[in-house]
Amino acid sequence: MYLLNRKQRHAVNYTWMIISLLLVAFLPFLLFVGLYIKSVLLIHDYSLVDLIFSKTWKPASGQFGFYPFIVGSIWVTLIAMLITAPICLLTAIYVTQYTKKYILRIMHPAIDILAGLPSVVYGLWGILVIVPFISRYLGPWLDIKTMGYSILAASFVLSIMIIPFVLNILIEIFRAIPMELKEAALSLGATQWQTIKHVLVKKALPGIIAAFGFGLARAFGETMAVLMVVGNVVRLPKSVFDPGYTLPALIANNYGEMLSIPKYDAALMFAALLLLAVSLFFNLVMHFFIVRFNKY
Amino acid sequence: MTRGQKIEEKIFKMLMAFATFFILAILAIIIYSIFEKGIRSISWEMLTQIPQGGYYYGKGGGILNAILGSLALASGATMLAFVIGMPVALYLNVFLIRHKKVIDIFRFLLDLVWGIPSIVYGAFGFSLMIFFGLQTSLLAGILTVTLFILPIMIRSMDEILRTVPIGLQEAAYSLGSNKSEIAFKIFTRQSFSGIITAVLLSFGRGIGDAAAVLFTAGYTDHLPNGLLEPVATLPLSIFFQLSSPVPEVQNRAYASALVLTLIILIVSLFSRGVGKRYHKTKINF
Repeated sequence: MYLLNRKQRHAVNYTWMIISLLLVAFLPFLLFVGLYIKSVLLIHDYSLVDLIFSKTWKPASGQFGFYPFIVGSIWVTLIAMLITAPICLLTAIYVTQYTKKYILRIMHPAIDILAGLPSVVYGLWGILVIVPFISRYLGPWLDIKTMGYSILAASFVLSIMIIPFVLNILIEIFRAIPMELKEAALSLGATQWQTIKHVLVKKALPGIIAAFGFGLARAFGETMAVLMVVGNVVRLPKSVFDPGYTLPALIANNYGEMLSIPKYDAALMFAALLLLAVSLFFNLVMHFFIVRFNKY
Repeated sequence: MTRGQKIEEKIFKMLMAFATFFILAILAIIIYSIFEKGIRSISWEMLTQIPQGGYYYGKGGGILNAILGSLALASGATMLAFVIGMPVALYLNVFLIRHKKVIDIFRFLLDLVWGIPSIVYGAFGFSLMIFFGLQTSLLAGILTVTLFILPIMIRSMDEILRTVPIGLQEAAYSLGSNKSEIAFKIFTRQSFSGIITAVLLSFGRGIGDAAAVLFTAGYTDHLPNGLLEPVATLPLSIFFQLSSPVPEVQNRAYASALVLTLIILIVSLFSRGVGKRYHKTKINF
């Protein structure tokens, strides 16, 4: 019935497992080394500080200043997080502490669908709804001239995109807090809100920070949706209504011409390397917050 | 309790209810605006034809190339990720079950890899492609997307496999099974529905991602007809059609977005249904 005997089958399966395991284990290092080798040409010729803090981006004349892109990315990410953080925290507390079970049963598929929607669809929605809203209503209302394609539009679309991600972690965190802790506080005469404010949130704090950190890392690397609404103008944004440019958008927008200008491909790979480093760093730090949360 | 505290709780409760409602409302708005715009411009022609001459100026044709291309790319990548991912998830949960520290390190590593943005995979895939002298092609796209969905696949399988009780493993050992038999015959059956869910989840991620295939899969108006040919994908076709100044072409982008959203919704609905069904081979404790 079988081609091989039991021992041989075990050997085959075992090798298959080990090879796959090694491949996966070395993946982050492979990514890092691969991108580094590609961008080494740029790192070799310019100093790292120059690349990151120089403001001029003129690939044709050999000037590669990533500062506008880095600033753009940071603006977009932070504003997105400012919108997402309170919404997710409030919702997570509400659905785990106040509401009946069935609300959570409604929320879970909703979160799954939000998480599953592709980023182009979010981008399209941003163009259809958010950009006109900003250029036609919000801008004139605040007496600001804006195209709509702006840092704010990107932040808003991005904030919706990371909601499912942050909310999922927060719900897990609040559900992982032992019931006894809550009961002890309640039995001492604290109201439910006092219990939440002084006991649950305090206990969950490392977890909450981690959830926000993971969200930040996710937002920092988001490409297509941001690219579609951020405006893509290489300039330091003065206000949130100005168009901007982000690191991922830079890579995605210029892949077509990167082989025609010297060092351009190295510059784009350097941008990818920066993204990788930021993502790994954030996830690493946040992991330790999660470990802390689990410890107590 | 003072009046102030009561009011504080009331205000926060209202804010919380509002936040929850906000999330559900936003989801409804997104789905509504995609459907409302898409349904107006979708047609049978769009789903069954490839772009004809002048398609991007508003002439006839459809996006069959992108639909088939995306399906081919995502299924190829999902299969490859399954072949690499399943043994890893099984290895962690069967072979390393007594080494909690090692498992934790691996899970941590996988979470790290999961967090890497897809554009980085795209750039990496591109440099690999150049290194091996490949052109933009279905194969390069599949390889890149495989790397991208691999951590998703492994971690979601792992979450299911870790719930298999140790008693089941011990029972199998006592009957004389070896480790790989336990992994491939017992664990896979016990967590069958979870494995299917993981596969469908990865498929959904793979088909929706644009940044990873932007560099590697290329784009073409023809149907995919070989691993080494470039291939069109739905997210990119949405993106390209949307950047056209011609209104008809933009309308087609809305229709394409509707198609992609529908595919994702069907896949996610399907994965929910599967979870409830396949209980036949599962032993309940």
